[in-house]
Amino acid sequence: MTMAAATPTILVIDDEAQIRRLLRITLEAAGYAVVEADTGQLGLSEVPRSQPDAIVLDLGLPDMSGLEVLQKLREWSKVPVLVLTVLAAERDKVAALDAGADDYLTKPFGSAELTARLRAILRRAPEGDEPSVVSFGDIQVDMAARLVRRGGAEVRLTAKEYAMLRLLVVHRGKVVTHGQMLRELWGPKAEENTHYLRVHMTHIRQKLEAEPHKPRHLRTESGIGYRLVED
Amino acid sequence: MSDDRPDPDALLASLNREAQRAKRGKLKVFFGMCPGVGKTFAMLRAAQQELRDGVDLVVGVVETHGRVETEALLAGLPVVARKQIAYKNIVLTEMDLEAILERKPKLVLVDEFAHTNAPGSRHPKRYQDVVELLDSGIDVFTTLNVQHIESRADAVRQITGATVHETVPDSVFGLADQIELVDITPEALRERLSEGKVYMEGRAAGAAENFFKDTHLTALRELALRFVAEHVDKRLRELRSVGTFKTVWRSGERLLVAVGPSPSSTQLVRWTRRMAASQGASWIAVSVEGSSPLEADAQRRLEQNLSLARELGAEVVVTHDNDVAAALVRVALQNNATQIVVGKSRNPRWVDTLRGGNLVDRLLRTAGSIDIYVVPAERAAGSPIAWLDWRPVKASPAHEYAEVLGVLGALTLAGWFVVPHSGYLSVGLFYLLAVIAMSLRVGPGPVFVAGVASALTWNFLFIPPIFTFRIARFEDGLMFATYFVVAVISGQLTARVRAQERNERMREDRATALFHLTQALSSAKSLDEAVFAALRQADTYFGAKTALLLDDGNGSALMPHFAGSFTITEKERGVAEWAFRNRKKAGRFTDTLPSAEGIHLPLIREDAAVGVLILCMPRDITLTLAQRDLAESFATQLAQLVEREQLRAAGEREKLLAESEKLHRTLLDGVSHELKTPLAVLSAAVENLAAADDATRASLADEIRTATRRLNRLVNNLLDQTRLESGALKPRLDWCDGHDLINAAVDGVSELLAGHPFETDIPKDLPLFRADSALMEQVIANLLLNAALHTPQGTPIFLAAGVDRSRSRIFFTVADRGPGLPEAMRERLFQKFQRGDAAKAGGLGLGLSIIRGFVTAQGGEVVVGENPGGGAVLTVYLPFTSHGLVPAE
Repeated sequence: MTMAAATPTILVIDDEAQIRRLLRITLEAAGYAVVEADTGQLGLSEVPRSQPDAIVLDLGLPDMSGLEVLQKLREWSKVPVLVLTVLAAERDKVAALDAGADDYLTKPFGSAELTARLRAILRRAPEGDEPSVVSFGDIQVDMAARLVRRGGAEVRLTAKEYAMLRLLVVHRGKVVTHGQMLRELWGPKAEENTHYLRVHMTHIRQKLEAEPHKPRHLRTESGIGYRLVED
Repeated sequence: MSDDRPDPDALLASLNREAQRAKRGKLKVFFGMCPGVGKTFAMLRAAQQELRDGVDLVVGVVETHGRVETEALLAGLPVVARKQIAYKNIVLTEMDLEAILERKPKLVLVDEFAHTNAPGSRHPKRYQDVVELLDSGIDVFTTLNVQHIESRADAVRQITGATVHETVPDSVFGLADQIELVDITPEALRERLSEGKVYMEGRAAGAAENFFKDTHLTALRELALRFVAEHVDKRLRELRSVGTFKTVWRSGERLLVAVGPSPSSTQLVRWTRRMAASQGASWIAVSVEGSSPLEADAQRRLEQNLSLARELGAEVVVTHDNDVAAALVRVALQNNATQIVVGKSRNPRWVDTLRGGNLVDRLLRTAGSIDIYVVPAERAAGSPIAWLDWRPVKASPAHEYAEVLGVLGALTLAGWFVVPHSGYLSVGLFYLLAVIAMSLRVGPGPVFVAGVASALTWNFLFIPPIFTFRIARFEDGLMFATYFVVAVISGQLTARVRAQERNERMREDRATALFHLTQALSSAKSLDEAVFAALRQADTYFGAKTALLLDDGNGSALMPHFAGSFTITEKERGVAEWAFRNRKKAGRFTDTLPSAEGIHLPLIREDAAVGVLILCMPRDITLTLAQRDLAESFATQLAQLVEREQLRAAGEREKLLAESEKLHRTLLDGVSHELKTPLAVLSAAVENLAAADDATRASLADEIRTATRRLNRLVNNLLDQTRLESGALKPRLDWCDGHDLINAAVDGVSELLAGHPFETDIPKDLPLFRADSALMEQVIANLLLNAALHTPQGTPIFLAAGVDRSRSRIFFTVADRGPGLPEAMRERLFQKFQRGDAAKAGGLGLGLSIIRGFVTAQGGEVVVGENPGGGAVLTVYLPFTSHGLVPAE
């Protein structure tokens, strides 16, 4: 993390010139350097050349699907990827996330949303550098001590509730899919049992959220998963 | 002047004929008076010319009979190899029709038009092959002698004494577009004959000598020339009819010929055809079926006669009546026939008189203004003597005779005891009573025997002097004679009444069968149901297995209908396809592929076949003419049905098309309005942006945001609707949290809800339920949006959810205090592009249609109701089941 840390480089892979221009304006205004590619092939060859810190990838490309680009990329690179999709394609979003995308954004989107997501996926620090205590709202999660406090008072969570919360905290700001959570917490055979998640999430929200039915931090991404929103 | 105006029907008919002719191949006949005139030679020379002109031609079959000049002409012409057909240990070669059809040349040479094909060929006759070639648009050159023309065969036989076996129907010859008469003088021909250049198949030298006699040749030549002239004249007339649109039948004359099984009927048919041709009249051949069925042999001869008539161009009518004369007059009147042709009776006068006058007399009495032609028939050798014809064809069984004699015996015994008390006269009355009573039970033969036997017994045993056949007193003699006549005649009369009754019953049976069919067809709710009913009817009536093949709609393949009672074999399928393509019946009882198992009747609509009805019955069962007639009626009825169904479907499509056109217009109007409004806002706001001060800029940005959201909403709705309509919508059911869904939905429409006080009533413990979360989020958002758009600002909107456990469903309700929804509007509401009457701008009317589509796709329903105290209530119900256990930690 030398020069790149000062001005992170974002590779934008999208076939629409207007979207690329808009992204360039938005991203440069937010302090990023921007590299563009208009096909999946060019995009892939651009990765080793310009060593981007993150990639914004459109799922609908003319030469190969964004999903393919993602799969190829993940064979040799861990660079964070934010995919852009159109609405009404939950399946594509889940597929992209499962294929290794770090987050998604639905078109049309606002620039604030875009920079927030980028910040979240860029924050991934080298292993070990992860802070052991993360706070959001009046909640503190101390992962070293395996302790959760709300307004200073300790909140008792069951093992599964804590594991779920921890997963969201580690990936805070990013979406965690149902599949990811179920695999991690219940093993690969439990992927269909999304009601486990719903039930546990209800309990976690009741313990942590001020208005459990209108959660501020532990957000649901319809049909996809959950996201921990810090502010 | 009005008389010269073309009759539109005639115009259409002649145009059709022309169109038909344009599509089919052209037939050119090289026509001669007898073998050896050089027809094949002329044909090959013409073919060489065509070949030089670059015409794609092949030789289908040409017989050179080893003549060198002819063989030389064959050189250079492409030949399609003949097909080998094994028949009774020998191999016959025939023209390979399939190969030629496959090859599809422009022109085929087919020698010897009248040739009979080897058994096992597709058609029994070569001219049928040629007709098929023409039908598939291939031109044909062929050769023919005058002796092979059906209607001239008799004349040739009378001239030369030689019977001609291979004949071509006049109607087929009538297909010829061009006739080239290959003429040669008798002298020249005899010269060729002496040089050995003439080949006559299988004919002894003596017979050939006789055939080629000068006088014969002259007569044959005249016959040939006249025939060609007549044909040309007919073509001319036809052409003229195309030109001036007058009917072909110049005089409106119509001939009717009575056809029976006798060989003289064959001549009668030919005579009538000649008569009709020379008058330019149409003609009908009528067969009258009596009460008793014909013997198999007679039936076959009758069919031959009828099919000859058909081939010679007659319309064939089969009717049922005991009274032939009445039947003929009836058919004549029905068909506007002006002349009736019958054969001269060969019955002895007394037979005719006994039977109520002969046919001619009865016709003359009843025919009114219809002319009657009586044509003398030469009796062909071996034909049955006509007066025997009145015998019942079906002999009564022996037990009937035994029964009759038994009854008479018993009566005689009883009479023997009674006679001392009552006298012999009353015994006679008993006998009479018995004879008449028996005639109600047994056939006319036994009745006749009973009459005669009882008369003799009465005389012998009872009329004095007894034990003699002598009658002493004059009164007794008179009595005996009267008895005899009364017994025989009343017995026969009763028998005839019974026969008539039976006939009537048979006719009624047929009528009933047709009636049942029509009824079944008209009461059926769908085509399938009707076909099913029709086929079952056919099964029972004909004792046959039935199958129906229907056109798949593109006219390319025949699909078997499921209602058929058997699966047809590949071979039968081939026959069916032939019948379908050629729009002619085929298979058993027909001229085409008669060796097939079933009879194949095409369902013919005006200009095309729509399917094929196949009746398949055991070999030993034959259908009578009347039954075949009925089978064809079945086919006609089915064709009408299928056509009706297709028309209905076409109408439906039309309606649908009109509807979708209307829809498209609405959509276009709506979409252009809906798209352009936010676009106009956007472009105006963006233009003003640069010059605006900070405060204005903020409000412009607000406008831009609103317009963008509106555009986004619109596009989403259109996409959703498209997804619904394309059937691509496949809900992914998963466990959903109602609170999550409602939060997401409310977030999405919060801006529009801002003007309305918004209340919710959602139980804290709302259980999880299975649904497609994305679709449900849309549904709830659309419900809220709908309420927000259609109610005045400031009126509250209320959202509730809950579980109706008794009915296993979960519900989401949105209520408002707007104008409400009148009952009449509610169903219409869910159709596309429907907007409430008080709709504010900002919607295409797709919202509710999408709600319903999404909810239905997930197995739920949408209900519209009235909010007590004003406003509308929309409730979405989804099926509800509890989720399984969540494992403990």
